[in-house]
Amino acid sequence: MTQPTTDKAAAPARAANLPDVYRRLSTDALREALRKMHLIRRFEESAEESYMRGLIHGTMHLSIGQEASAVGICAPLTDADYITSTHRGHGHCIGKGAEVKKMLAEFFGKEDGYCRGRGGSMHIADVGKGNLGANGIVGGGIPIAVGAALSVKKQGKDSVVVSFFGDGANNEGAFHEALNMASIWKLPVIFVCENNGYGMSTSTKRSTAVPNIADRASAYAMPGVIVDGNNFGAVAAASFEACDRARRGEGPTLIESKTYRIRGHSRSDRNRYRTKEEIEAWQARDPIGIFEKELTELGLITPDEIEKIRAEVEVEIAEGLEFAKASPLPSPSDVTRYVYTN
Amino acid sequence: MDANVRELSYAQAIQEAMAIAMEADERVFLMGEDIGIYGGAFQVTGDLVHRFGEDRVMDTPISELGGAGVAIGAAVTGMRPIFEFQFSDFATLAMEQIVNQAAKMRYMLGGNVSVPLVMRFPAGSGTGAAAQHSQSLEAWLAHVPGLKVLQPSTPHDAKGMLLAAVADPDPVMIFEHKLLYKMKGPVPEGHYTVPIGKSETRRHGRDLTIVATSIMVHKSLDAAAQLAEEGIDVEVIDLRSLRPMDTPAIIESVKKTSRLLCVYEGVKTLGIGAEISAAIVESEAFDYLDAPVMRLGGAESPLPYNPELEKAAVPQVPDIVAAARKLVCKEA
Repeated sequence: MTQPTTDKAAAPARAANLPDVYRRLSTDALREALRKMHLIRRFEESAEESYMRGLIHGTMHLSIGQEASAVGICAPLTDADYITSTHRGHGHCIGKGAEVKKMLAEFFGKEDGYCRGRGGSMHIADVGKGNLGANGIVGGGIPIAVGAALSVKKQGKDSVVVSFFGDGANNEGAFHEALNMASIWKLPVIFVCENNGYGMSTSTKRSTAVPNIADRASAYAMPGVIVDGNNFGAVAAASFEACDRARRGEGPTLIESKTYRIRGHSRSDRNRYRTKEEIEAWQARDPIGIFEKELTELGLITPDEIEKIRAEVEVEIAEGLEFAKASPLPSPSDVTRYVYTN
Repeated sequence: MDANVRELSYAQAIQEAMAIAMEADERVFLMGEDIGIYGGAFQVTGDLVHRFGEDRVMDTPISELGGAGVAIGAAVTGMRPIFEFQFSDFATLAMEQIVNQAAKMRYMLGGNVSVPLVMRFPAGSGTGAAAQHSQSLEAWLAHVPGLKVLQPSTPHDAKGMLLAAVADPDPVMIFEHKLLYKMKGPVPEGHYTVPIGKSETRRHGRDLTIVATSIMVHKSLDAAAQLAEEGIDVEVIDLRSLRPMDTPAIIESVKKTSRLLCVYEGVKTLGIGAEISAAIVESEAFDYLDAPVMRLGGAESPLPYNPELEKAAVPQVPDIVAAARKLVCKEA
């Protein structure tokens, strides 16, 4: 996958008022970020369609509307950096560099899936790219991320760890215990709360004593940063700053990425707890549209190039679906395989 | 084994195992509450912090859930943590991480990771610590595929099983009975392992098989000595490993003795004894049984504070003697 690089040659040609974060990402890296956002969107729409057609069973949690958050946070990361993810983790997985064909194979319950059909949507992982996995337990991945950061520090590596979680997790004990330990041990971890306004149906206003999740950071003596989660540049800037701080050995940061999930919590959601007007207001702030507009205005991409990205994504999804359909099913006799290493 | 054998306490044997593991492999480190300068609530880590430093003998905040998760995260990213719970009862605070994360991570991820994690649980009654510091919860964890669950009963096994656990690629839970910590026994110097999943026959006999765990092994051996004076010849199997369980050894023993008594400190119903009993009645040993299978386990109550009540809540030597007599139809 394309890794973020500083495009020194291109820099002088750019507008002097280019946002700082854009100077840290090459034009290719910015276009790759846009491609990933499109890929996440179309991946989830395709997965939803396959679910409707009965090709995927169980449930899934879509992050449509949250693509800038996932891709922006992953912008500074390399394969040597880790992430832990959530039940709403498709975007994080793609953001960290996963191949959609192996994700689709996993959703189809096939042997070529990332988890050989044992995990499904809720446990999607790509360990080779540093994604330690989505998690079905709200807040379950947060202490694990702190443990990975402890490893990194003990092994003297330059890596950082990002722990994604939702607003619902900020009221779990695991969140508070993990932030405290990361802070006392000054570990290279970035806590990313994707606040989409609701833990299932319960709004943060009804569930959380502080107005902003980022306010929790002061209790653990770390910076708490609020960003517009629908703006790639804003998210990426916050992520770069937090990663720099972590790599300098100064410890963790809590980033609250304020965003919105356009779809319901899961397949069973009847949308009784929010209004059509609210959803439409957020749809008007679509993160992909915002990013495309910004890139276009800055002269970093043309409408033709955007169309090319969209077309490439369609091909990748179509090929991924074919790959998933053709992949073999696990054998029922292998039900206890992979419980133990030996 | 040509290594020198010394008399060490169970706690010293565990400490020696941890020191050997840390000397041999820099990935190994200890985490837990008050395991550093304090030396651990039961002095099992003792002075290790002075030898290995605070980075490798890490005091954690009182955060069992978070601490367990940190150990898991370190394990899947290249370290070999040994996590001490101050009391096994506090595992209840960390069940989410142990049961949903450590046990399932390898499976959920299709075999793409291993979780080489050791957790130690000081367990059991007899210290007057009442209901929240005296439980035997090993059967809870033994019910979870993905975990391995051990209960060493001697200093020798405590050291050898801990070293086997550290070398194991999967999460291993070790339940240590608090009353055993001061018990002394022969322990070889240096590195050795006791295999996970193998029982040990502590006494050979013809009339009755007792399968016991942890401290109940010693109570069963005391009972067997008394019963020998009455002409009842008891075989005592130290189960040592709940998951995986050494069912073949129990089956072979019962085929020889035709009688089975299970003795364990955890609550009797829905516990280890039920599993052992079922394993026997499902096997060819069923046809050899000359008496019903019997269980002696913990009372259907929380552990009480009063010392006489506390004794009454778990099997004692006279209970084992009486049960054995009943099984061989020699009730006094």
